[in-house]
Amino acid sequence: MNRPEIISLARLRFSYTTSGPPVLKDLSLKIPAGAVTAILGPNGSGKTTLLFILLGMLSPQSGEVIIDGKDQKGLPRSMLSRLMGLVPEEEHIPFDFSILEYVLLGRAPHLGLLEQPKEMDYQVAHEALDRSGLSALADRPIPSLSGGERQLAKVARALAQKPRVLLFDEPTAHLDLNNKGRVLDMIRSMADDGVAVVLTTHDPNAAAVVADHVVLLRAGQTVATGPADVVLSSENLTQTYGLPVEVTSVRGRPVVLPW
Amino acid sequence: MAENHKIVGRSTTRQFLLLGLMVLAVLTISLFIGRYPEPYWMPPSYLWRDELAQRLVLNLRLPRILTAFIMGMSLGASGAVLQMIFRNPLVSPGFLGVSQGAAFGAAVSIIYLGRSPLMIEASATLFAFSGLIISYLLARNIRYGKWVLRLILAGIATSALFSSGVGVLKYLADPLSELPDIVFWLLGGLWSVTWRDLLYILPVVLVALGVLFLMRWRINLLALRDETAFSLGVAPSRERVLVLVAAVAATAVVVAVAGVVGWVGLIVPHIARLVVGPDTRRALPASMLIGGIFALICDNLARTLLAGEIPLGILTSLAGALLFVWVFLSGHRWVRG
Repeated sequence: MNRPEIISLARLRFSYTTSGPPVLKDLSLKIPAGAVTAILGPNGSGKTTLLFILLGMLSPQSGEVIIDGKDQKGLPRSMLSRLMGLVPEEEHIPFDFSILEYVLLGRAPHLGLLEQPKEMDYQVAHEALDRSGLSALADRPIPSLSGGERQLAKVARALAQKPRVLLFDEPTAHLDLNNKGRVLDMIRSMADDGVAVVLTTHDPNAAAVVADHVVLLRAGQTVATGPADVVLSSENLTQTYGLPVEVTSVRGRPVVLPW
Repeated sequence: MAENHKIVGRSTTRQFLLLGLMVLAVLTISLFIGRYPEPYWMPPSYLWRDELAQRLVLNLRLPRILTAFIMGMSLGASGAVLQMIFRNPLVSPGFLGVSQGAAFGAAVSIIYLGRSPLMIEASATLFAFSGLIISYLLARNIRYGKWVLRLILAGIATSALFSSGVGVLKYLADPLSELPDIVFWLLGGLWSVTWRDLLYILPVVLVALGVLFLMRWRINLLALRDETAFSLGVAPSRERVLVLVAAVAATAVVVAVAGVVGWVGLIVPHIARLVVGPDTRRALPASMLIGGIFALICDNLARTLLAGEIPLGILTSLAGALLFVWVFLSGHRWVRG
């Protein structure tokens, strides 16, 4: 796969406390544009930390993050937020915001400090709702949604942001098979539209379904990175998860089974 | 598609038109409510044929009515934005040590600095802001929990500190002269309000509510989790502090003049959200208008119902608590349009 990279990380080192052990150690990797990159690893391997560093919310103690050819540290927050969106694992939305009102919040990077969403922003929000299949529910309060619908609402909010890079933290955790499929389909179609999607997951099968590119992470270091069909091997996954794992193929698709 | 929000837009306009008319009606009617020339009602014709009535309305009732309305607006608005940025529907504007700080300041002034209204107001304002500053510094240094929890813990501690200080001062006060003044101040009221008081609170309230009103859509973003807010280009801590200071400043000056008027800032935002929905674009202005109406009606009752003044804080707590119970018993979570 020879797509140009949109993000590259070099020799990243990060720890939450100055004295504590580093969460990420000498981590380098490249994230291709217009493809789905899955960061796969066991709980506590540093996936979410890595995602928050990409977002710019955490700054590494050393190493550099280059986004679209520019050093992340030099990018103003307003520009960063037009470039990159986040779908967090959990989103606590207080009070009974309607889905439309919530999705409109995604327009914030395109509006000034004192501006209100305008007709055009409503249009973008409605398009995002259409794509997520939530148009019919636009006026429903968020707390009345099912887990799957809520996940789709988060995706719609991030879509309304029109980012070129979209980060997902555990997008398929807690979802049933059907909703998992809907979310993964949306991720696929965004990547096909040219958005670089980066997702974290602890579920190798979700990565196998949707990812073009896989980063295997264990204890803050990469075990392997590269095209999904190469990286997702029995040996690599066994090493990543520390227990015997076998990758077989069902109807041409890799299926990962712990042994 | 775009039809949807236009329908919401139309019903919102209608709701605000209705609220605006209610404001005008309550403001106008309030001018004629009182205990002159006889209890409860003054026929409007007195305004052009009775000189005493003219002076009474212009110098006593009008400043008091406007102050009550502005007080309600400020408390309603502060409550609405604080509940939003703390993602907690039980937060009220005085909670960061502000109400208790003001009470302490007023008591200090009554005992040691003199009982002139100007002195009491200045001291109450000073200590109200000290309450905020102490809470904030404390919260910054607490090594436990996230910032919402830290600020709430710091607010509880600061309030307790000041309220024990008030207790000490009450114990030290002269039971015949100073103690009744302190107790009466603590119950809250606007009986001494003049144009001067109104001019004292107006600049701070105008700036603070102006900032909040202009930021009203963005305040929604401050209710999101830090990482989401950050990803949307918000500087969560910086913008929350700005909103917090604006909301608390309005509360501090209002409390310094009116005393501890409880429950307005807690209940009004709930009613506003029930009527116009939770989006701060609408919930904030609605909280201002409903807060103004609520406070003004309570103050009208406070000055009219009995021959003597009923402390306003008692009435707002009574009405507020009853409304609160009603709102939560009625159980409709989604009233709109």
